[in-house]
Amino acid sequence: MEFLKKYPKTFQWLFLLIVFFALCFAIDVPETYKFIRGQAEFVKDPNQSSYVFLGKEVRYYAFDVFWRLPPLLGWLPIWINDSLFFLMNEWMPIEVWNEDTQEFKSRPIVLQISRNLTAFMTFLIELIREILLGGLETIVAFTSWDWIDKNPWAELPGLPWTIVAAGAALLSYKLSGKGLALFAGLTMVYISVFGQWKPSMQTLSFILVAAPLSFIFGLGLGIAAFKSKRVEKALYPILLVMQTMPQYAVLVPALVLFGVGDHAAVIITMVVAIPPMILLTLLGLRAVPPEVIEAGRMSGCNNFQLMFKVLIPTARRDILIGVNQVIMVCFSMAVISAFIGAKGLGFNLLLALNQLNIGLALEAGLCISLIAILLDKMSLAWANKQTDYFGNLTFYQRNKNLLFFGVIFVVGIILAYIGTFLFKDTFNYLFEIPHNKGISTADFWNKGVDWIFETFFVYIKAFNTWLIQDVLQPMRALYLRMPAIATIVLVVGAGYLIGGLRSALVVCALTLFIAFSPWWDRALVTAYMATFGVIVSCIIGFTVGTLCFQNKHSANFMLGVCDIFQTFPSFVYLIPVMMLFGITDTSVLIAVIVYATIPATRYTIEGLRSVPAGLHDAATMSGVNKFQRLTKIEFPLAFPHMMLGINQTIVFALFMVIIGAFIGTEDLGQYILKALSDKKGAGIGLTLGICVAFIALIFDNLIRAYVQKRKKHLGID
Amino acid sequence: MSEPVIKCENVYKIFGANAQKMLQDSNGNVDAKTFQENGCIVGVNNASFEVSKGEMLVVMGLSGSGKSTLLRCISRLTDATGGKIFIEGQDLLQLNNKDLIDLRRNKMGMVFQSFALLPHKTVVENIAFPLQIKGVKTEDSINKAMDMVKLVGLEGRENYFPRELSGGQQQRVGIARSLAVEPDIWFLDEPFSALDPLIRKEMQDEFLRLQDKLQKTIMFITHDFDEALKLADRIAIMKDGIIEQLDTPANIVLNPATEYVRKFTEEVPREKVLLIKDVMDTSKDNLGDLKVSKNEIIENVAEKILTQEKIVAVVDNNNEIIGSINPTKIINTVFGGRKNNN
Repeated sequence: MEFLKKYPKTFQWLFLLIVFFALCFAIDVPETYKFIRGQAEFVKDPNQSSYVFLGKEVRYYAFDVFWRLPPLLGWLPIWINDSLFFLMNEWMPIEVWNEDTQEFKSRPIVLQISRNLTAFMTFLIELIREILLGGLETIVAFTSWDWIDKNPWAELPGLPWTIVAAGAALLSYKLSGKGLALFAGLTMVYISVFGQWKPSMQTLSFILVAAPLSFIFGLGLGIAAFKSKRVEKALYPILLVMQTMPQYAVLVPALVLFGVGDHAAVIITMVVAIPPMILLTLLGLRAVPPEVIEAGRMSGCNNFQLMFKVLIPTARRDILIGVNQVIMVCFSMAVISAFIGAKGLGFNLLLALNQLNIGLALEAGLCISLIAILLDKMSLAWANKQTDYFGNLTFYQRNKNLLFFGVIFVVGIILAYIGTFLFKDTFNYLFEIPHNKGISTADFWNKGVDWIFETFFVYIKAFNTWLIQDVLQPMRALYLRMPAIATIVLVVGAGYLIGGLRSALVVCALTLFIAFSPWWDRALVTAYMATFGVIVSCIIGFTVGTLCFQNKHSANFMLGVCDIFQTFPSFVYLIPVMMLFGITDTSVLIAVIVYATIPATRYTIEGLRSVPAGLHDAATMSGVNKFQRLTKIEFPLAFPHMMLGINQTIVFALFMVIIGAFIGTEDLGQYILKALSDKKGAGIGLTLGICVAFIALIFDNLIRAYVQKRKKHLGID
Repeated sequence: MSEPVIKCENVYKIFGANAQKMLQDSNGNVDAKTFQENGCIVGVNNASFEVSKGEMLVVMGLSGSGKSTLLRCISRLTDATGGKIFIEGQDLLQLNNKDLIDLRRNKMGMVFQSFALLPHKTVVENIAFPLQIKGVKTEDSINKAMDMVKLVGLEGRENYFPRELSGGQQQRVGIARSLAVEPDIWFLDEPFSALDPLIRKEMQDEFLRLQDKLQKTIMFITHDFDEALKLADRIAIMKDGIIEQLDTPANIVLNPATEYVRKFTEEVPREKVLLIKDVMDTSKDNLGDLKVSKNEIIENVAEKILTQEKIVAVVDNNNEIIGSINPTKIINTVFGGRKNNN
């Protein structure tokens, strides 16, 4: 009893676990239960029950409610779908003048808006693409095909790659210095020489459209949220869900609304890229010291002047960090958008992976990674660059870079012109190296992969079999064996013990949504893969982070490595694992582990670093040795921050598990992938995305509540 | 004397959801404790005073005493909950947004504790900022700002960014910025509190030099009693939102109104604060040969007076005898009359 009084929390947790296990053992697996592989609603099976809600018939396998809750939300995806179709095809028809047939035609308003938006986006993308690569559609848009036929000179020639490469190096030099300039130049040369120029420029043009638009909307909404509490409150839940929703899942509704192609991808990219911009704008504006605002007011600023002359310039750095985020999200979406037909590097990568041409995939992946690092470093350098004074510089000094670019431009064109004579019979390598006409090392890599497979096949196979049979299968079975009611009790109970009633209610609502959706089983599989990944990642991350922390240089090096790895679009991680482990669950899990270890490591190092120096000195003066200092001082104090790392690790792991469906897993991701190729997939895709986001939010809620409590307890910020 | 430049009548500032209603119900008898129990925090409690043209009023109080809140009510950075504030006869609380902006653009200047410079503008651009906001042409505003740069002694650094300046230099920029529009009323919110002691003293002297030249109407906020004594024409001492005493430095030192004020005055070296005229007698009998000016600080003439055996004559600016001072009076003033803490 003494023990219970001393540790009431321990007793409460014990009680919760006892209830959980009691429920697990008390509720038997129903005899008819099997892991449902098919989509329930389309197959007529005499064993199925059904109900009608909002005019939609939902069919499902009924079990004891304690075992699996009935899919009461089964109508939701169907309803979303039908509503979308109704909106697109029937709602509010308006008369539209048709240029071709010279008559009015009736069209639903949403469809019309979506078509106009699409046309506008297509125009923007084509314009930039043709400046970079050449073409004539932009000119046609303003004139006609006949006019082009008569004036063949009017076709845009596109920029020679030498100009873009030198321009990128120059910009990098201006932003950061020699190091980045060299990196930019080498990256561009690599891209060009390996024949990735065209897809790279396609991807770049995609970003050049999506990023500025996302920036403008994000900044605008951020300002609105800063000015009005009501707007902020309305935006907050959307932001929260968008941050944890797999990017994959957002693609599906885009298909329905905007069709297939770059324009749809750009629009949906904006939806994903705007939330981080809003958050960072808000953060930046909030961080402006109140006295600066008062100084602005006392200088007689009106609201407009206060915002654009005082607040935004003062918050410049945070806002530019937002730009960095926007660019990175746009880039990662540009790659994933290949699934809905966006052109560019992602498309090539997808094609190569589909053909299992690992060599080609590796080249494209390397290209993607290099561009990602370059974009990241450039935009960060921009954010960290401080304003300079131009007032008393001469015209030449002020416009040095512009003049220099002019010179580059002329030299590039002259080089390209000379190229026409040098490479008369082949391609003009000084103008543009066509796709697949550059150097390719694909064969080398493919042979390498074959060699690895032949040499290590036995070991890989053995490892694979062991992992799947002895670890994954039992774990999966355990997860599926949990009765729904037990899981809910466990999660809600944990919520109550950690964060009180409020937390318990939020967690309960999130869990029930998933439980009432038709995909509880799938969600369990997703959860099991994510759990496995998170546990291994955390072990690796904590160990590596703690070891690196012992030395300042290794810690900095590790943080740098994390920075670089984090910039890669998640899709790229699939290439090396497919190369080594083929198409199995093991591949997905290893990709998950690699990807999710990044935040675990980073937060461990950062957490340990955040321990105040004074405490270090105090501990040393009390005569602790290194190990004691670590266990008694550093770990307890760094723990809340490390928990935030686990939070990130979970989100990263979930993202990767979902993308892993591309390799073939039996979880929520598989259905999202399916929904992509399904005409009626929009509702399913969206609901599935929300399910995944909710899984992440459940953990997010629990961890944040814990961290807050712990930090308050320790008295750190 | 003409109309006061700043005039406050029963100004209240109460923070909280239903502050307005609670103030009305209390009929002006605001008790901080009962308000706090109802979720309201009293910032300023029934402040009434006037500041006349060219006068420097120093508001002194410890942190949380409501001194900054009072200043923000008068600059209308926050709206007072109750009472009336007149700026040159204009009712401040009745001004609409446009008139308020006009007032700030032309009549008011403010200096902040943390300098509050715009990080993306150079020294001269920061100083020109209020002018540009007002719509002055860029070239004219820069010329005007350069004059201000010279006034505060920052020549040669006009193209520096705030990040490249020391704290003292940054505050010089803040002062120059607040003076750029040539305001009549000058608010200073703990301008020297963030500076090192040596720099602070230098800036105080510099500030007195400026005020000597410019003769602005000033409200100066500080938590440093010595600073208040050094600079003020009159001092208002605040505690828990209430003005405990508002008087000249000498009167505060000699006649503290409350126990709270008294605690501040205890440690003050009186010989450095008081003038001869503050302690002289009006009788003109039995005078000796020595004459001292009524505007001398006691410290400067104490040695002369104390070596006299006779009573010393006090003269005004025209060298006419207006009173006398007994050496024992000096001793009493400096050493006597203090509460014994032991």
